[in-house]
Amino acid sequence: MVRNRVRAEVYPVPMTRFSPMEWPVIRQLRTGDRTGRSSAVESQHTRDLTARTATADRVVQSICPYCAVGCGQKVYVKDERVIQIEGDPDSPISRGRLCPKGSASEQLVNSPGRQTQMLYRAPGASEWQPLELDTAIDMIADRFLESRRRGWQDADEDGRPLRRTMGIASLGGATLDNEENYLIKKLFTAAGAVQIENQARI
Amino acid sequence: MANADCIVIQGSNMAECHPVGFQWVTEAKARGARVIHVDPRFTRTSAVADKHLPIRAGSDIVLLGALINHVLSNDLWFHDYVVNYTNASNLISEDFEDAEDLDGLFSGYDEESGGYHLKSWAYQTEDSEGQDSRGEASDDAAGRGVDNHVFGVEHEHAKGAKQRAEAGGDKFGSGGAPVGGGASVRDETLQHPRTVFQILRRHYARYTPQMVREACGISEADFEYLARSVTENSGRDRTTCFAYAVGWTQHTLGAQFIRTASILQLLLGNMGRPGGGIMALRGHATIQGSTDIPTLFNLLPGYLPMPSVTQQSFSDYVDGIRTTEQKGYWANAEAYAVNLLKAWWGDAATAENEWAYDYIPRINGAHGTYQTLMAMLEDKVEGYFLLGQNPAVGSANGRMQRLGMSHLKWLVVRDLNMIESATWWKDGPEIASGELKTEDIQTEVFFMPAATHVEKSGSFTQTQRLVQWRHQAVAPPGDAQSELEFFFELGKRIRQRLADSEDPRDRPLLDLTWDYPLDEQGEIDPVSVLAEINGRFETGENAGEPLSSYGQMTADGSTSGGCWIYAGIYADRVNRAAMRVPGWQQDEIASQWAWAWPANRRILYNRASADPQGRPWSERKKLVWWDEESRRWTGKDNPDFPVDRDPSARPGPDVAGPDGLAGNDPFIMQADGKGWLFAPKGMLDGPLPTHYEPQESPVANPLYAQQQNPTRVMFPREDNLSAASGDAPGTDVYPFMFTTYRLTEHHTAGGMSRWLPYLSELQPEMFCEISPELAQLKGLEPYGWATIVSPRSAIEVKVLVTDRMTPLTVAGKTIHQIGLPYHWGAGTDAVVTGDGANDLLGITLDPNVQIQNFKTGSCDILPGRRPRGAQRNELVREYQQRAGLTVRTGMDRITDPERELNQDPLRARDSGDTAGRSTAYHPGEHPEDQPANRPADQEEDT
Repeated sequence: MVRNRVRAEVYPVPMTRFSPMEWPVIRQLRTGDRTGRSSAVESQHTRDLTARTATADRVVQSICPYCAVGCGQKVYVKDERVIQIEGDPDSPISRGRLCPKGSASEQLVNSPGRQTQMLYRAPGASEWQPLELDTAIDMIADRFLESRRRGWQDADEDGRPLRRTMGIASLGGATLDNEENYLIKKLFTAAGAVQIENQARI
Repeated sequence: MANADCIVIQGSNMAECHPVGFQWVTEAKARGARVIHVDPRFTRTSAVADKHLPIRAGSDIVLLGALINHVLSNDLWFHDYVVNYTNASNLISEDFEDAEDLDGLFSGYDEESGGYHLKSWAYQTEDSEGQDSRGEASDDAAGRGVDNHVFGVEHEHAKGAKQRAEAGGDKFGSGGAPVGGGASVRDETLQHPRTVFQILRRHYARYTPQMVREACGISEADFEYLARSVTENSGRDRTTCFAYAVGWTQHTLGAQFIRTASILQLLLGNMGRPGGGIMALRGHATIQGSTDIPTLFNLLPGYLPMPSVTQQSFSDYVDGIRTTEQKGYWANAEAYAVNLLKAWWGDAATAENEWAYDYIPRINGAHGTYQTLMAMLEDKVEGYFLLGQNPAVGSANGRMQRLGMSHLKWLVVRDLNMIESATWWKDGPEIASGELKTEDIQTEVFFMPAATHVEKSGSFTQTQRLVQWRHQAVAPPGDAQSELEFFFELGKRIRQRLADSEDPRDRPLLDLTWDYPLDEQGEIDPVSVLAEINGRFETGENAGEPLSSYGQMTADGSTSGGCWIYAGIYADRVNRAAMRVPGWQQDEIASQWAWAWPANRRILYNRASADPQGRPWSERKKLVWWDEESRRWTGKDNPDFPVDRDPSARPGPDVAGPDGLAGNDPFIMQADGKGWLFAPKGMLDGPLPTHYEPQESPVANPLYAQQQNPTRVMFPREDNLSAASGDAPGTDVYPFMFTTYRLTEHHTAGGMSRWLPYLSELQPEMFCEISPELAQLKGLEPYGWATIVSPRSAIEVKVLVTDRMTPLTVAGKTIHQIGLPYHWGAGTDAVVTGDGANDLLGITLDPNVQIQNFKTGSCDILPGRRPRGAQRNELVREYQQRAGLTVRTGMDRITDPERELNQDPLRARDSGDTAGRSTAYHPGEHPEDQPANRPADQEEDT
C-alpha cells in the first residue's frame, strides 16, 4: 500500500525577456556556444537557480546511519535546519558516493511522517495521547525500579548469588552511537538487568 | 579488497546491500581481479561478477569443505604459512573421534545436555603424553565451557537442560577459549595421523565435486572453475578475499560457515595480508561497535564475558578468561577487567572488594533476545525497551514477537518513526485475526521520539573496525532526544529515587560513576563518554590524563578504561575518531582518517603478511616487515604484533602473555599464537565445520545419518512448529524453500526507510522472486498476488517471475527456492506497508552465538491473496494438520540414535554401557500432543 505524503511543488516560470540580444542565434554567437547545446540554450530560470549547498550557513561532517560501510556525509545546514546531505569526497571509504538510502537521508531528518512528539498509550486505550517528556521519564523511572524489584533474583536454586533482575529487558543499539551503547550497558548492568540485547545477535 | 586478485562473495548480495563498499570490488576487478558470486539468486552482485554459481541455501559448508579437500588433495596449500602460522602440526588427543567416523557426531556428545564434552578435542601436551587430555587442559576450563560444567555433573540427568544453559558459548567473550598450559606436541612434517593436518584431510575427504553437485546443486565444471580461481590466486604473489554477510551467519550452524572459510583461507595463506582475509559485511552503522561496546547479554565492553553464576570470585572470573600460562594479549585480561570496573565504579572499586566485581549481575545461561521473548510470553518480563529496533517485523516469528509484547506491563519504544513494534496493539495482524483485542491489552506504551544521526554527536564503528565520529549539525526537533541524553537522565532520576536506600542491591547504582560534564545546551557531553571509554591514569603524575594504549592498563587500580580495545582513541586528549585528513592526501591505508581498534591497525594479524623471517612474502603483497637495522617491525600499516619481537625469537613454553609470543606467532589474540584450522576449544558444535542440513530441508543430509546440527537451540512449541525434512511424511505439504534478504532501497525492518517517500516510491511493495518454472508449476501470474504458507504463518506477496531464480537439482529432486525481501510490515503509519517475511520463520538458533536461522525455511506457494481475519490462521492450521505437524516434528536432536551414538567409543567408555543406552534419547517418551506455551526452560532442550 502506498500513501502519498508529499505535495508536488510547482515552480513558477518567469517570462522570457523579449530582446533581440536574446534571439537564439545572437545568444549563441554572444556566448561562444558553438554547438548550441550549452549556455546559449540555458533558460533564465535555470540561470537563476543556485544550489542549496552553495547558500548553506555551514557544512558538518557526518557518517551515514544505514549500513556498516560507513560512508562520509556532508550535512548542509541553513537557518538551523538540514537542507541537504551529500557524500563526502574526502572519505577514503566512500570517495563521495552515497547509495539511495544515504542519498535519501535528508528525508530521514525532515520526513513528513517523522514523529517528534512524546506519545503515551494507557492500558486498554485504543489511541495515543500526548504526554510531557519530563513526566514520561519520571513514569519510566518509577516503572523501571518497580519492575526491577519484582523481577529481582538474589540467588539461584543452589544458593549461588545472582544479584539481578529479570523484570526488565532491552533490544536495540546497532544504529546507536558507541557512547550511547556504553551508557545503556553501564546503567542496566548496575541496575542488575541482564537481558540486554542488540541487532548484532539478529 | 581492492588489492585482491580474486574475490568470492558468498552469503552476501554486496552490490545491493553495501553498494558504496562494492566500489572496491569493482576497483579490484578493474585491476584485473576475478569476482565470483555464490548465491541462491542471480542478483546485482552476480550481474557484475565474472561468474555466478547458484547454490542451495544452507549447503555452503559442503562447497567450502570441497575447496579445502581440493587444496589438500592437490597439494595446493601454502606450505610455509601453514606450517609456521597455523596449528596444522599440533597433535590432537587420541580420544578424538571425527564426525566422519560417528555418522555426523564428534566424540564427546552428551545426549542429556545436547552439547559436547570438549576434552577429547584437546591438544596433546607433553605432560599428557598424548594419552589423557583430561589433565591440565580441561582443568583450565573451569567455569568456562561445556567441558567443565557438563562433565562435572554429567550423571545428574535431570539437570541436563540447566547444564546446557550454563555451558553456553555465550561465556567465552571474543578471546575464545584458552588452551591449557604445557608444551603442545607438534609434528612439523605433518605426517602423524593425529596431526590437525591429517585429521583435516580425513574429515573433508568425502567433500568432493560430486558431493557438491549432490548437495549444493553446483555442477562439477562450475566447482572446478571456482577451485581453480581461488587456488591460482593465492600464494606469495597473489591473494584471494572472501566476503560474506548474514547469508552465512543466519543459520543453525552460522558460526561454522565462517570457520570453514577461515580454514580455507589459512590453508591458502590469505589471512593478515593485503587483498586477503574474510570480509564480514555488517548491516548497521555501528553493529560492529555494538559488539565491541556491547548491548548484549553475554558480553561486557571489549569482549570481556559477563560473569557466570559459577564465577563467584573475581579470580574465578579472570581465570575463566585466560590462563596465566597462555600466550598473547588475552593473558592480560585481568587488567582489562579491572580497568572496566574502575571506570564504572571509580573509588568504590578497590582491591579489597575485588574491584566491585560483585556489583555485576550473574548470568546462568542464554538470556538472548529469543529466550527473553519466551520469558515475556510467560509474563516474567514486565518492561521492555526498544531502541531503534522493530522486532515485530525484523525478528523471527513475528507473531510470537507481537504476542510476547502484549504480555508486557510497559513498553518503551524509542524511534524516529511510528514503527510496527509501537502500534501492534491497534493495527497488528493479531488484531486483524481477532487473537488480540485492543481494549484487552494492558500494556502501557511510551513512544519516545529519537534524535537522528545529524542531531547528536557520537561515534559509529563500521564494518572494518574503523571508529568514525559524527558532529552534531542541528538540535533534535520537538521532544526528540538522543539515547545518550535519555539514558543519562533516566539514570539520574533512578539514582535520585534510591539516594536514601540502604539496600545493598542499590549500591551498584549509587556508586556508579555518573557525573558527566554537560555541554552548552546543558546536555551530557559525548566526548566525555568517549574519554571514559578510552581510559585514564587514576594516580601518579599523569593522573587524569588519557591512556594512549591498552598496554598502559594495569591491574592495580592505577588506571581505568571502559573498553580496553578502544584505548588510544582519545590519546593526548585528541578525539581520533574525528580525524579527517582527506583520503586523497594519504596512501591506501589512510591511517589518518578516523581510528581503527586496536591501536589504529587497519589489517588484523598483519604479521602474517611477512614470511617467518620477517620478509614480505612478495614485493607485490608487502604490508609490514621486520627491519633488521632498527630491529623493529615496520611497514605501511601499524604492525599488529609486538613491535620489537625478532622473527627468530622463541620464548619457552613457560613464558606467558605478549612476551610468550614467538617471532612466528602472528595470531596474537590466540592462546597459542597460531591460526586455528582445528578448534580444540571455543566452538560448541564441533572442532571442525561439518555439514548439517538446515532446520527445515527438502533433502536428507547426503553426508551423515545426522540430519541437523545436533546442538542447535530449539523451541518446540505450538506457535513455533517446524516442517519435516528429507523424505519424512508431510514434507510434500511444504515442498519449496524460501530465503530472505534485503534490497538497496530499504533498510532492515523498514524503520528508517518505509517512512521516507523517496525510498518508498523506489520499492513500494512486498514481493517474491520465483523462477518461470515454479510460476508455471503453480499457475502464478507475473505481478499478480501469491500466498506463501509456512508452518508458522501465511503472507501475501506480489509475484516477480524471473530467471534470476534457478531451480536446482539436488539429490535427484528439483528444488525450487523462493526469494523474499523482509523489509515490509503490517501497520498503518508507514508510507508503504505489507506482510512481513519474518512471520514465516520459526525460531531455531545457532548454539555458539544464539543467532536465528533466517535464511532457509519450507513453504508452499499458491495463487491469490491470503484469507482475511481469523481465516488466515485457519489456513495455516489446515496446512499443519495436512502435514501432520506436532511440536516434536523436526525437533529430534539425534536423527538416528542407534547408528550414531553406538559408535562413540569415548561415550561407551565413560558410561560403561555400549548396548543398553538407558540414557539415550527416546522419541517415544514425548507425547505428541504437548500443550503449547510450556515454560521455555523445560522446552528449550529435548
